[in-house]
Amino acid sequence: MQKKENQEVENRPDNTAFTQQRLPAWQPILSAGIVIPLFVLVGLAFIGIGVALFVTSRNLHVLEMDYTGVEKTSPCFSCSDPIKQKNCKCSLSFELDKLFEGPVFFYYGLTNYFQNQRAYGVSKDYNQLSGDLDYFTFFFSIVPDSTCKPYRYDVNNKPIVPCGSLANSMFNDTFNLYQMKNGVKEEVPLDGKGISWWTDYNIKYRNPSVNPLRNAFNGTVKPLYWSKPAYELDPTDTANNGFINQDFLVWMRRSALPNFRKLYRRITDGLPAGNYSLEISYNYPVIAFDGKKKVAFSNVSWMGGKNEFLGIAYLVIGSLCLVMSVVMLIIYHWRNSSPDAN
Amino acid sequence: LYRRTQKMFCVGEESWVDSRTVYIGHKEPPPGAEAYIPQRYPDNRIVSSKYTFWNFIPKNLFEQFRRIANFYFLVIFLVQLIIDTPTSPVTSGLPLFFVITVTAIKQGYEDWLRHKADCSINECPVDVVQQGKVVRTQSHKLRVGDVVMVREDETFPCDLILLSSSRHDGTCYVTTTSLDGESSHKTYYAVPDTMAFTTEQEVDSLHATIECEQPQPDLYKFVGRINIYKDKEEPVARPLGAENLLLRGATLKNTQHIYAVAIYTGMETKMALNYQSKSQKRSAVEKSMNAFLIVYLCILISKAVINTVLKYAWQWSPDRDEPWYNHRTEHERQRHVVCLFIHRFLAFMVLFNYIIPVSMYVTVEMQKFLGSYFITWDEDMFDEELGEGAQVNTSDLNEELGQVEYVFTDKTGTLTENNMEFIECYRKERSAQLKEHEDLFFRALCLCHTVQVKEEETVDGIKRGIHQGRPTSFYISSSPDEVALVEGMKKLGYTYLRLRDNHMEILNKDDEIERFELLHVLNFDSVRRRMSVIVRSSSGECLLFCKGADSSIFPRVVSGKVEQVKARVEQNAVEGLRTLCVAYKSLTEADYQEACFHLTEAKLALQDREQRLAQAYDIIERDWLQEKAADTIESLHKAGMKVWVLTGDKMETAAATCYASKLFRRTLYLWVCYSANTRPHNHIYTLLHLVLHRCSLSVDCLDFGLIIDGATLSAVLKPNPESAGHGNYREIFLEICRNCSAVLCCRMAPLQKAQIVKLIKASKEHPITLAIGDGANDVSMIQEAHVGIGVMGKEGRQAARNSDYAIPKFKHLKKILLVHGHYYYIRIAELVQYFFYKNVCFIFPQFLYQFFCGFSQQPLYDTAYLTLYNISFTSLPILLYSLVEQHVSVETLKREPSLYRDIAKNSLLRWPVFLYWTCLGVFDAVIFFFGAYFLFDNTTFTSNGQMFGNWTFGTLVFTVLVFTVTLKLALDTHHWTWINHFVIWGSLLFYVIFSLLWGGIIWYNFCLLQMYYVFMQMLSSGPAWLSIILLITVSLLPDVIKKVLCRAICPTRLSAHR
Repeated sequence: MQKKENQEVENRPDNTAFTQQRLPAWQPILSAGIVIPLFVLVGLAFIGIGVALFVTSRNLHVLEMDYTGVEKTSPCFSCSDPIKQKNCKCSLSFELDKLFEGPVFFYYGLTNYFQNQRAYGVSKDYNQLSGDLDYFTFFFSIVPDSTCKPYRYDVNNKPIVPCGSLANSMFNDTFNLYQMKNGVKEEVPLDGKGISWWTDYNIKYRNPSVNPLRNAFNGTVKPLYWSKPAYELDPTDTANNGFINQDFLVWMRRSALPNFRKLYRRITDGLPAGNYSLEISYNYPVIAFDGKKKVAFSNVSWMGGKNEFLGIAYLVIGSLCLVMSVVMLIIYHWRNSSPDAN
Repeated sequence: LYRRTQKMFCVGEESWVDSRTVYIGHKEPPPGAEAYIPQRYPDNRIVSSKYTFWNFIPKNLFEQFRRIANFYFLVIFLVQLIIDTPTSPVTSGLPLFFVITVTAIKQGYEDWLRHKADCSINECPVDVVQQGKVVRTQSHKLRVGDVVMVREDETFPCDLILLSSSRHDGTCYVTTTSLDGESSHKTYYAVPDTMAFTTEQEVDSLHATIECEQPQPDLYKFVGRINIYKDKEEPVARPLGAENLLLRGATLKNTQHIYAVAIYTGMETKMALNYQSKSQKRSAVEKSMNAFLIVYLCILISKAVINTVLKYAWQWSPDRDEPWYNHRTEHERQRHVVCLFIHRFLAFMVLFNYIIPVSMYVTVEMQKFLGSYFITWDEDMFDEELGEGAQVNTSDLNEELGQVEYVFTDKTGTLTENNMEFIECYRKERSAQLKEHEDLFFRALCLCHTVQVKEEETVDGIKRGIHQGRPTSFYISSSPDEVALVEGMKKLGYTYLRLRDNHMEILNKDDEIERFELLHVLNFDSVRRRMSVIVRSSSGECLLFCKGADSSIFPRVVSGKVEQVKARVEQNAVEGLRTLCVAYKSLTEADYQEACFHLTEAKLALQDREQRLAQAYDIIERDWLQEKAADTIESLHKAGMKVWVLTGDKMETAAATCYASKLFRRTLYLWVCYSANTRPHNHIYTLLHLVLHRCSLSVDCLDFGLIIDGATLSAVLKPNPESAGHGNYREIFLEICRNCSAVLCCRMAPLQKAQIVKLIKASKEHPITLAIGDGANDVSMIQEAHVGIGVMGKEGRQAARNSDYAIPKFKHLKKILLVHGHYYYIRIAELVQYFFYKNVCFIFPQFLYQFFCGFSQQPLYDTAYLTLYNISFTSLPILLYSLVEQHVSVETLKREPSLYRDIAKNSLLRWPVFLYWTCLGVFDAVIFFFGAYFLFDNTTFTSNGQMFGNWTFGTLVFTVLVFTVTLKLALDTHHWTWINHFVIWGSLLFYVIFSLLWGGIIWYNFCLLQMYYVFMQMLSSGPAWLSIILLITVSLLPDVIKKVLCRAICPTRLSAHR
């Protein structure tokens, strides 16, 4: 009998809250008393945020100009002709009637340009770009990375550094901005420092630790479309060459969508009112694929650049919440009163 | 003629194969005896495991890849390996590997347990007699023909023929608890010629062969013959039956030791043959799951086709096809057009393949496996008396418990306790012979049984019959009826003492011991429905007593007032009592000799023998209704289930039980189709038509009940050529049954029960059926029904073992269906829908992104996100939800059985619901993608003027996605235990921490640098935060509004009870 009792105890299930599915639980109910105030609160909060965003966005200025030169009236029309493309220069004048508060960010923009294509995006060799000299040589099927095809090596089997389509197609228009003061052109200083991600500049991309830098590139060729080799990208600043050239880094961060802007320079002090002239050395062909080239000046706030969408979206959703709370109130009222009527 | 010879030839061959010859102790028969062709027998190794150490990996992999989903992912993985695809093979390889590993570990563990069990069985020691000595060896080394010695309380190592026992009468006692659950001690007999051997030497000197049939799974059938050779005399042949065969798994009791010879070993033993795997049952949820999967597969393929076609359309102009900045390689240009097309199509397939939820099957499997523990753990279903709770034999059907529409229940032992008590007896005879007959009647009851007496000290089994301060002994029998009778007799003064030396001893009213020599016992079987004994009293008079069901006794009674007894029997049956009749005949010596001759010759050819029985008595027993059975049935009715009682019992008894259990209410209008076999088919047909007519006329059809008996039923179901003009009975019958709220089928054979279940299963609505029963006769019905439930009853464990779920009492059906079934259904339905939803949300933005990246198969998300989305970011919350969710409380579900109707007919997995979830998923995906699109459109996100790239875009979408999908589940959770809080918030936290680490550390592989600092950079920008909050809110808003409005406008009963 003793044995049997023990057995019973063994077989008996544990009487714990978990095994008996009786864990204490919070059981929220989406009842009118909770949902309507919640909706009102969310609605009000959203409208508040929306108004703030909208006002901020309204106070920001964006000046965007197309310089592709498709129309004949455009100042860059002559440059857009592919035959006369070499070292063509054109200039774009514009007028500011009030102060463009600083810092002003100077962007270039491309449209209909698919930087996000898969084959294009993967066409690079990270080992090269992190400064590993082993990848600067040609070794038939491994080095440089085969994803760089068809920009892996030239006809003489010399490796291309940096290899791949992405680097090869780097944007190479350059801009100089002049303010017209009493008919005299006065150059506006453009700050090219810190336009790329900090991590890209300091950690992800590295030059080979060879001094001078050009020795590292012995036995390699520059990308086919580049006019200058990588170690001579910025003649004014020796530290801004190679793979850590700011413009190169900006280009290498692929855009998400086919119409995009990339940061070109920063104008710290802002642009005072007056007449300006933007001199462009026009090199980059876009007409072949129906693309457009643009420049844009913009200042930013805590919430980034001018974007009314976010503010409007907040306002719409906020008001929708308020409307829904009213609708629900009516429905609940009607539901509660109708049984009484019956 | 040719055919006949062929047939004869075949028969000859069959009979040759059909028997085996065993040489006892491996001794060849003396020359001159018939020559036998030796057969090969397996050794005594039991193998229940599926795999061995060597074949586990290939065999298990093969088994797993037979599952279509796994195979699909394997194909995707291989495609990724072979061609250049947008995502790395890791993204589908790792989840697949994870799923396969989890399943393999689970199956491997189960198989390891089986191996361990096999091992302990195969290596347990066995005593074998060799050269006159007892040798100890291991069980698996046993061979057919070995003579084995088994001691008390040992289990038989294989199927054995009893040669001799330590009891001088050559009998031994055995319990077969582990085989069929009957705890009673059964008696087995040795052949008289061998029972004298008491030592090893003597046994070893035996020279005999056994001829017997080839192994077959029926536990209670055995035919064989033993030929004993003695010193060049003609061999003596003796018949062997089931009473000589000791089955593997049974245990020797009350006998010191026995000698027996092995005839069936290893996998050929009856026990092993009985443990063959059952057919797999599939639940309705699994079927809808597969249907949804096919829809998604179609969506996937159409997505890939659309994108491939659009890609070609888009690339029509060569500048788009190959802009100067993105030239193709020579190799790609030279590729064949068709090849390129296939290549592109496959690449899109790979890109979108994540829409098929890879981890759904493994999550469902884990949910079922772990969830079934809640049934075993449930204290409410623990029975104090049995000391056992509910058992889950298969966890595949948990949710089916919430879908039951038809309940088929057995009566005896299921609805009723099967606890017998002797109530009254009824005799009718001439007053002059009163005294004499009374004595005879009581003696008949005392003698006509197979009850064994156990002395108090020697017993460790179940205790019965402590009686009036004289707890000296109690009775054990396979049938509770017999115990009740013998105990009843004890109360009336006739005590059955014991069986000694083939003499039954009775202590009569005057405290004198009467001895009867037991000549023959003709055991009860369900075909004859009666048992008889032939005894010789001390005065030398031969008596035959017969006891059995009224229907089998009355036709054989030749004198006595049959009519009166019959009337009384029926009256008692109406009161819900079980009745038995007893008859006797005194045999003359000549009669006895003749009967004896017939018996020994044909052994079981009993039916042929004419018996003239002299007198009928009537015994009444009461069968108590199981506690709360009525309440349970009422709840099941309220839950919209139709309850059918299928019983082998008489109509009156069964109907009374039905009334008592509230299956039939008093207001119910009953239709009775109770007929003798003689009724013509036409009659049944008219009857059925009439019923149908009345049914359709009546508005309130629910108040109809139907009683039908087995004979009528088989007439109805049998396709009858004569009735071809009358249409199909089957259809009419089904029509009637559908209109009846309660149906009682009585006088059913076990197979008929299964037929009924099959019939309903196959009817046009395909309702989900549940069968519940406790006895071996219910096994066929339990296996046939969608869900089979066994009651751990007194008639043995056969039903419980063959069922999908076993419960101690009928009343537990209420909890297992209304509470557990309801919960499991809600949980798994949400699980399935949610899985599809979250994968639509996951992959649809990727589909939309193709329109903005030139259909170049650029993935939107990073490799790590693609890989881990299903297996770690969103897997645990839904698994835990599907284990602990309770949308209403247990008490409410018990109190309001009608809530069960809300989920009937797979209501949460129907196409409209599925469409709603998919649309919600598409809506959310559109919000994620276009929200991010408009925010990214030509604007700066940061306050330092820097721009974000494509990976930030993808990460933003992915972050919104993970949060929305998890919060959607949080919205659906009604029962927030600490587990839910922990898992939901924990999994979001895990995502954030993982992303921080993934982007914050330079991993070895430079390819992974694409995500370097992306997540941190995103979080450092204010608009990203604001847009994440906005997009999550917008995605969740429709669902919240829908929930609130549904609650307000059309509140379901479910929500009213929250």
